Amino acid sequence: MTTELIQQKLTEKFGDQVSDFEMQYDILNFHADKEINLKVLNFLKEDEELAFNFLTDLCGVHYPDQKGKELAVVYHLHNIRENIRLRFKVFTDIAKPDVYTATGIFSAANWMERETFDFYGINFIGHPNLIRILNVDEMDYFPMRKEYPLEDQSRTDKDDEMFGRGGMLGFGTEKTMHGTIAEDEKAQ
Amino acid sequence: MRRNIVDSSSVVGKQIKKDEEDIQMSDLQQNINLPAGSIEKQTTTLNMGPTHPATHGVFQNIIELDGEKIVAADATVGYIHRAFEKIAERRPLYQITPLTDRLNYCSAPLNNMGWHLTCEKLLGVKTPRRVDYLRVIVMELARIADHLICSSIMGVDAGAYTGFLYVMQYRELIYEIYEEVCGSRLTTNIGRIGGFERDFNNTAFEKIEKFLNEYPAVLEEFENLFTRNRIFMDRCMGVGAISAERALNYGFTGPNLRAAGVDYDVRVVAPYSRYEEFDFDIPVGSTGDCYDRFQVRNGEMWQSLRIIKQAMQKLNDLKGEEATIYHADVPEYYLPEKKDVYTKMEALIWHFKIIMGEIDMPKGEVYHGIEAGNGELGYYFISDGGRSPYRLHFRRPCFIYYQAYEELVKGGMLSDAIMVMSSLNLIAGEMDA
Repeated sequence: MTTELIQQKLTEKFGDQVSDFEMQYDILNFHADKEINLKVLNFLKEDEELAFNFLTDLCGVHYPDQKGKELAVVYHLHNIRENIRLRFKVFTDIAKPDVYTATGIFSAANWMERETFDFYGINFIGHPNLIRILNVDEMDYFPMRKEYPLEDQSRTDKDDEMFGRGGMLGFGTEKTMHGTIAEDEKAQ
Repeated sequence: MRRNIVDSSSVVGKQIKKDEEDIQMSDLQQNINLPAGSIEKQTTTLNMGPTHPATHGVFQNIIELDGEKIVAADATVGYIHRAFEKIAERRPLYQITPLTDRLNYCSAPLNNMGWHLTCEKLLGVKTPRRVDYLRVIVMELARIADHLICSSIMGVDAGAYTGFLYVMQYRELIYEIYEEVCGSRLTTNIGRIGGFERDFNNTAFEKIEKFLNEYPAVLEEFENLFTRNRIFMDRCMGVGAISAERALNYGFTGPNLRAAGVDYDVRVVAPYSRYEEFDFDIPVGSTGDCYDRFQVRNGEMWQSLRIIKQAMQKLNDLKGEEATIYHADVPEYYLPEKKDVYTKMEALIWHFKIIMGEIDMPKGEVYHGIEAGNGELGYYFISDGGRSPYRLHFRRPCFIYYQAYEELVKGGMLSDAIMVMSSLNLIAGEMDA
C-alpha cells in the first residue's frame, strides 16, 4: 500500500472534504472537515485494503492565529499489519468547539477525548462521560490553550516561600520571622 | 435482596427489644439517621486508592461490589498531573529530557531514548553504529528493570513477597550501571541528542558483564517460584482476560497486547537504533489474562538478555575510529564537553548558541514511537521553527490501556481486581504526565 493509494481512495470517497495531503517525515498528513471525522475514521478502519484498525493517539492543538479554525483534533492511525501510519486533523472554531466523538469506533478514544476536552475544551458530541480527567473538576479554564502562558520565572510579586524559592531577591533578603536577614542584622 | 435491611435494623432491634419490649420497629428506624438511598442500595461502594498499597501509585479505583463480586468499576487518575506538555512548550529540547524521566520512572532511560530519537528524526541527525548499540544496551537493561519490578510486584500482590526481594537486588545492579553511565539512578536524564554525554567507562562494561552472568540464574529461580505455583496460577489464570480484538480496540500495546496474542512489537515492525540487526523472539500469549501477561514479561526479559549479549558482541567487533565514538557529529545540538568549552573557541561558540537558544529547529510535525516498558511510548512533536516545541504530546501507553480496567475486572472478585491492576503495569507518573 502506497501513500498515493491512500490519498486516491480518500479523495475518491470524500472529494474536496479532505485536503492538504502532504508527507511530514514518515507519515502522511491530511486535513478533513470536522463534520466527517467519524466517516473518515470508519472508512479508514473498515476498508479492506486500508485497514487502519489501531488508534495510536488523539490529541488537541491550539492555533490562535487561524481565525475560525483555532482548535484542531489530531488523530494518529496505524495499520499494524503493514506498519503504515497516518495522521489527520480536523479543525473547529474556538467559539463553538464541537466535534463528534470517536468512542463508538475506538474504545481507546474515550480517555484521550476526555484529556483533549480537559486541556483544550473541545466538546466531543456523544461522548459517554465527558468530564475532566487530569485536572481538578473545579477548574474553569482550559490550560493548554495558548492564551495561558507559563509563569514568568523572573516575577517578584509572588510569595513563593512555600515552594522553595523563598521569595528571595538577593543575598541577605531571605525572609525571617521579622523581615529579612539584612533587616535583622541592622536591628541588632 | 433485602439483606441490608435485615443486617442494619434487626440486630439493633433485638438488643433493645430485650430491655423495652414495647418499642416498635417503625420507631426504631426513625431514630437511625441513615443517608438517603442507603437502604435501597443493594451494592457496596469501595474506594481503592488514592493511596492504597495495592495501587502502587496515586490513583483511585471506585469499585461497586455485590458481596465480593465486582459489578462496576470506575477509575480516577490525575492526582500527580504535573503539566509536562505545557512546561515543554517553553523549554529547549535538552531540558525536556528530564521531564520524560518522570513519566514511567521504572524505566526512565527508555523514555529518554524515545525523546532523543524523536528529536533526531526531526533534526535529521544520523547516529553512529556504536551509539545505537550502546543505546540498545541501556534500553534493554531498562526493559529488564521495568519488567522485573512488574512481575515481582504481581507476586507481592498475590501474597508472595520472596520473589520481589530476591530480584530487587538485581534491579540495584542495573541502577548501578546507569550510575556509571550517567551519574544518576532513578531519573536518569541519560544520553543527549546524537549520542551520550560521555563514553561508557570500563566499570560500566564490567557491571554489564556481571549482570549478564548473574541474572539468568536468578531469573530462572524467580520463574521456578511462580510459573508452576498452584496458588499463583489460580490467582492469575483466566483473570482479567481480554480478546485480541478488544485489546486492539482499547489501544493496548506492549506486553499487554502481546499477551492477548497480537505479535506487535515496535522494535520489529518499525525498528529504530538498529534493532533490525538483532536476533530475538517476541513472546506471545493466547488468552490475554494476568498469567499470560506475567509470562510474556518474563519471556521478554530472556530476550532482552539475548539482545544485550549480541550488542556487547557487536561493540567488541567494531574497529578503528568506530570503536570509540559515542556521539554523532552534530555541534548544533550536541553540547560540547566542558573541558573543550573552556579551552576551544569553537566549542565555546556552540555551547553559547545551544544554551542561549540561538539555533532554530526545522519546522514540521513528527511522531516517533518506541517500545517502552509497558507499550508503545510515542512523542508527537509539532515544531514551528523556534527553540521549543509548539506542541508536544506524549502517547502514554498505560494512560490509554487503563481505560479497559472496568471491562477487565467486571464480574470478577475483589481480589482479582488487584491482580489485574498489578499485571497491567500501571505507572501513575506516566498516566498523569
